[in-house]
Amino acid sequence: MPVVDLATAELRTLNQALHHQAPGSNETAWEVLNPHGAHAVAVGLNAPVTVTIKGSVGYYCGGMNREAQVVVDGSAGPGVAENMMSGQVRVKGDASQYAGATGHGGLLVVEGNASSRCGISMKGIDIVVRGNVGHMSAFMAQAGNLVVCGDAGDALGDSIYEARLFVRGSVKSLGADCIEKEMRPEHLKLLGELLGKAGFDGIDPTSFKRFGSARKLYNFSVDNADSYG
Amino acid sequence: MTYTNPPTVPRKSATFDDYTLSEIRRAASTGIYDIRGAGAKRRLPHFDDLLFLGASMSRYPLEGYRERCGTDVVLGSRFASKPLELKIPITIAGMSFGSLSANAKDALGRGASAAGTSTTTGDGGMSREERSQSKMLVYQYLPSRYGMNPEDLLKADAIEIVVGQGAKPGGGGMLLGQKITDRVAEMRTLPKGIDQRSACRHPDWTGPDDLEIKIMELREITDWQKPIFVKVGGSRPYYDVALAVKSGADVVVIDGMQGGTAATQEVFIENVGIPTLACIRPAVQALQELGLHRKVQLIISGGIRNGADVAKALALGADAVSIGTAALVALGDNDPAREDEYRALGSTAGAYDDWHEGRDPAGITTQDPELMGRLDPELAGRRLANYLKVMTLEAQTIARACGKNHVHNLEPEDLCALTVEAAAMARVPLAGTSWIPGNGGF
Repeated sequence: MPVVDLATAELRTLNQALHHQAPGSNETAWEVLNPHGAHAVAVGLNAPVTVTIKGSVGYYCGGMNREAQVVVDGSAGPGVAENMMSGQVRVKGDASQYAGATGHGGLLVVEGNASSRCGISMKGIDIVVRGNVGHMSAFMAQAGNLVVCGDAGDALGDSIYEARLFVRGSVKSLGADCIEKEMRPEHLKLLGELLGKAGFDGIDPTSFKRFGSARKLYNFSVDNADSYG
Repeated sequence: MTYTNPPTVPRKSATFDDYTLSEIRRAASTGIYDIRGAGAKRRLPHFDDLLFLGASMSRYPLEGYRERCGTDVVLGSRFASKPLELKIPITIAGMSFGSLSANAKDALGRGASAAGTSTTTGDGGMSREERSQSKMLVYQYLPSRYGMNPEDLLKADAIEIVVGQGAKPGGGGMLLGQKITDRVAEMRTLPKGIDQRSACRHPDWTGPDDLEIKIMELREITDWQKPIFVKVGGSRPYYDVALAVKSGADVVVIDGMQGGTAATQEVFIENVGIPTLACIRPAVQALQELGLHRKVQLIISGGIRNGADVAKALALGADAVSIGTAALVALGDNDPAREDEYRALGSTAGAYDDWHEGRDPAGITTQDPELMGRLDPELAGRRLANYLKVMTLEAQTIARACGKNHVHNLEPEDLCALTVEAAAMARVPLAGTSWIPGNGGF
């Protein structure tokens, strides 16, 4: 197993080595030591490798990930797994703001809490948070699923498009054009699968509520002007 | 004999002119602000208010057509290992697939490549037409992140982080439902037919300290190969340039308020931001004070129309310019040959700006297959290439007349101003005087 110690190695060396692995390489499990809050660790990965980071990271860890499994054995700074396309990023601690921002695919798991704007502008990513999420989460969320096993802060799903939101605890308030929706069997099935993938098998999908777009603000109407204000 | 008192001529108000009155009536009737494309239409201090002095007793001119006058420019040499090497100092500004038709993007790519320069994507991602035709393609990184993905990021020749644009500093994008076709919707991950409102702020960073980390992330993803531009709307150019440089930009793009947009509120276009002419000297001052003029390149856009504008922007210290509206006109936008169709749309050739409605008779700002089919990308691309070559020749003509063997050797001392306003903004003397308003305390 390749082990890269960021106390001595350059971040650039780590990322470029991960980007340019020879096809068929058997070095599929990497370990990163002493991240000490470094930014942009394991970004732009493009192959089915597993990178385990022993400690907390700064901004944008796992950004634009494709195929790789990134595990943060600590907490993550802002924008973890931003614009992820596929693969999985798992944060064993807490995640700061913008977790999973604009992600197109793959799975982001936060075993602790996520801060504000979790899933902002998400475009197909699945995000499962074991704890709570902060205010303005799923703002302008376009597609994908956000599962919150704890509580959600103010203005959940403000200006949401077609993303699906599942919250088990309380929701402090809903944002513009976000409403509670019926939890149908297909949603329970999906939720069960997402919880299973995240490793949170003991949680009952029927204990969640579902939220999504009322689709009233999709086309501008002056009669809705107050909703924008 | 009878005497009739002479009548006074009916007098219209300068304040409440015909346009203003029509806008009040339109607002009262519809209950919504006016949305349109293009940039500020009001009269503004501009490059027309500057003149070149030419050679005289103290300066030797260069022979036209015979003595060399270089036009090449390298963009992104500060940190990127693969900077852009352009043959001419004129680039094509970011315009989205979605607001523009696929054929228009195709034509822009063809024209720019033939002239040796780059095109730029826009909100909505990288279209295959533009990537296949553009030898050098700048991939915009916008607040919406529509169509943003690492595969296209790696295909790009440079990355432009868009903080704002001249037509609407502080405003997000807008693409109304009639242009959100199946293909546009898929590229943006949006439902078909909705009115799309792009974000005005980036979702995962705020401020220059964050931007520095964002730029570092993009460099790490692309192995420090791609030049990274930061584009801002003309607003506070001195501070914006300094902060962009501090954040790690290779190139700073400043777009003045004459810069076009696909769709924005009229009130925004005409009342927010500053003229292009007012942006250049403060931006150059910031670069000079940091010791990075010509090391971090400055691109100026917003109302560039001909080689004289190019030469004036470069003389004031820009490294290159960018054109959008003018490039669309070169493709065939607002051509009087289609006057009947513009009239049918309630406009006239030269004034048509309802680009957001998707009914462009020229087939440029539309997603309608029939209208789009009117634009022949090969022919339109050739027209753009011709236009770019003419602009370059014009800029060279002026540079030679000023005795410069490269357009980058033009300098503020080659210029004078026709108005006090232009003299103050460009920081060059009023013609026939040595007075630069603002220098010397008054």
